[in-house]
Amino acid sequence: MRPLLIENARLLDPASGLDAPGALLIEEGRIASLSGAPAGEAERFDAGGACLAPGLIDLRAALGEPGHEHRETIASAAAAAAAGGITTLCALPDSEPPIDDPALVQFLARKGEATGSLTILPYAAATKGLKGAEITEYGLLREAGAIAFTDGSRAIASARCMRLALSYARAFGTFIVQHPEEPTLAAGGVATEGELATRMGLPGIPLAAEAIMVARDIALARLTGGHVHFSRLSTAAALELVRRAKAEGLAVTADTAPPYFDLNETAIGEYRTYAKLSPPLRPEEERRAVLAALADGTIDCVVSDHRPCDADDKRLPFVQAEPGGAGLATLLAVTLAQVHNGSLPLLHALALLTCRPAALLGLDAGRLAPGLPADLVLFDLERAWQVKAGQLPGKAQNSPFDGRALEGRVIATFKRGRRVFPP
Amino acid sequence: MRRAGGRSRPGGFCSSLGPVSFSYPILPQGHLLGIEGLEAPQIQALLDLAESYALLNRQGKTQRDLLKGRTLINLFFEDSTRTRTSFELAGKRLGADVINMSVATSSVNKGETLLDTAATLNAMNTDILVVRHAQSGAPALLAQKVQAAVINAGDGTHEHPTQALLDALTIRRRKGDLRNLVVAICGDIAHSRVARSNIHCLNAMGAEVRLIAPPTLLPAEIGRLGVRIFQDMRRGLAGADVVMMLRLQRERMAGGLVPSAREFFRFYGLDREKLSYAKPDAIVMHPGPMNRGIEIDSAIADDPARSVIGEQVEMGVALRMAVLDVLARGLRRNA
Repeated sequence: MRPLLIENARLLDPASGLDAPGALLIEEGRIASLSGAPAGEAERFDAGGACLAPGLIDLRAALGEPGHEHRETIASAAAAAAAGGITTLCALPDSEPPIDDPALVQFLARKGEATGSLTILPYAAATKGLKGAEITEYGLLREAGAIAFTDGSRAIASARCMRLALSYARAFGTFIVQHPEEPTLAAGGVATEGELATRMGLPGIPLAAEAIMVARDIALARLTGGHVHFSRLSTAAALELVRRAKAEGLAVTADTAPPYFDLNETAIGEYRTYAKLSPPLRPEEERRAVLAALADGTIDCVVSDHRPCDADDKRLPFVQAEPGGAGLATLLAVTLAQVHNGSLPLLHALALLTCRPAALLGLDAGRLAPGLPADLVLFDLERAWQVKAGQLPGKAQNSPFDGRALEGRVIATFKRGRRVFPP
Repeated sequence: MRRAGGRSRPGGFCSSLGPVSFSYPILPQGHLLGIEGLEAPQIQALLDLAESYALLNRQGKTQRDLLKGRTLINLFFEDSTRTRTSFELAGKRLGADVINMSVATSSVNKGETLLDTAATLNAMNTDILVVRHAQSGAPALLAQKVQAAVINAGDGTHEHPTQALLDALTIRRRKGDLRNLVVAICGDIAHSRVARSNIHCLNAMGAEVRLIAPPTLLPAEIGRLGVRIFQDMRRGLAGADVVMMLRLQRERMAGGLVPSAREFFRFYGLDREKLSYAKPDAIVMHPGPMNRGIEIDSAIADDPARSVIGEQVEMGVALRMAVLDVLARGLRRNA
């Protein structure tokens, strides 16, 4: 492969704070230099002044495969990821079958390799069959390539089981990702409990369901010394608990997803099932608390929380519709909306999508540094576009952002130095 | 005129348009999916029209030409003899071809069926579709997919608009005007679409709405809908003009929301002693079917001096005739 020089770019490296015009040289699929011209002859790519940043690392996405290929295949997810500038993705284990066996972990990772554009880092189930009763083989699963352990969109309800999971995970240097929702309080609920749910006649989930689970698991992290990661935090009370746990020095980390800082619960008005998510969308004051926690570092990463659904999953009465939204293609642009409106500095926003998830996962990636794989995203910070369900890349079209006008569009995505988007 | 531009003009008996004429569309959306969003003049106009139908019904006169050639389908995904029969009678009195489709068994009570059904109904050129469904929002979903005018006959815990309108009509006939009346709604508010529709309707018409229930049977933030909340039934009933009882389903006891039927009746069941706190001429209402001895004492339910439960049923037919009339006038396809 000939060296590739991406020139006339605005280089953005959140890890080092670099934000400067320049060129980036790729040799043998790796970043060779951020300054020097190539020794020999190189292919040249004119970035046209656009932003060049590390490829995004998505800490949380559900894939349709295995088990729900009618919703999405790994190939179609990879196409959507490439269009969204995502080069590494952590896949949830709540597929069919659940990923609770080393062979299944290897299967997913190999499937990712085969796409050529996306590294899939599989989560393994934290409990056998995702049943929340007995922990899985963390050691063997780690050896097979499991990045961490979670029961996906099911909370590990038993305090005893969660205690064992957090304790045992320490032996293998890994962590447990918790769905932050107390299941007996959340049972049957499809919207955040409050005036809107009452008016719409929808069974509600109280905001406290999140804080209760987070408080319990912080206490268990303190008890065990284990590392708990809360995924898709969306309430002020839970975020305050995480803020204090971090100040205390506990191994507690957290992420959130774009719907929770870009939308509020009014998006479900008129029973819009594309905005039916789990956890449900929140009132406006909670959305503001999520933004504050993104700005002050309480939240470590922004994840796509991609969950493919097809039309039959969504064209149902609200209670019966599947929860979840397609999130791969919109992850960057919806996050950049908070840069455009002044809530987050650009490098800070990008850090949440690149170097911070890399650090959390212990990956040598997510930075513009010589020697690292040349996983890169080139985007135009200002280019305007509109999200249109039906016209998104990939198979899953269930975007909660349908109709949203955005600024910031991916121009090209590179995986190990090779351009994978546009295809 | 009670409000500027609000009340429709009683226009005598216009032969082709029914008993009352009006110069603007009362339900411009072409459906009746809920009370929320309706304004007082719209409600007033529907009640006026229903009033005239009530009179015609009592005189034994019919208007069989009004919906002649129109097809009305009662699509009931939940059992309801009362509401279905009421719509059936209303449709037949206006001359519609009425077809009842019951899909009330749980195995087919799935959303796929809902949209498949919508496609079928479109193919059959249905004019008016009356829908009852266990899921909130199901009639709204159907309204997006069918060409027919859709009437929500009760969806989940969302709304039951014709019930609230017939209740308002019954109250208006007994009390003259809804404005400033004190209406106490008692019982399982949390699971009641009737309560929600009545709150919207009574508030729009200027009544004072009180809710009386234990906290476990009140939905979150219900106070923001413009109601006063009471846990003590005697205090809540003090000075009430209207006492509206709701059905308590036995499953609620199983779900632990109330510990027992006897405890519920003791504190929230309507008996003579508790009713004595309301105004001496207070009327008692119930959307039916009643659980005698759980939310209401038979002695009150059957007391002609206090109970207007029978009149509610009578007004139900008249009110539904009015709704069918209004929606039929908006139908695009000529019969």
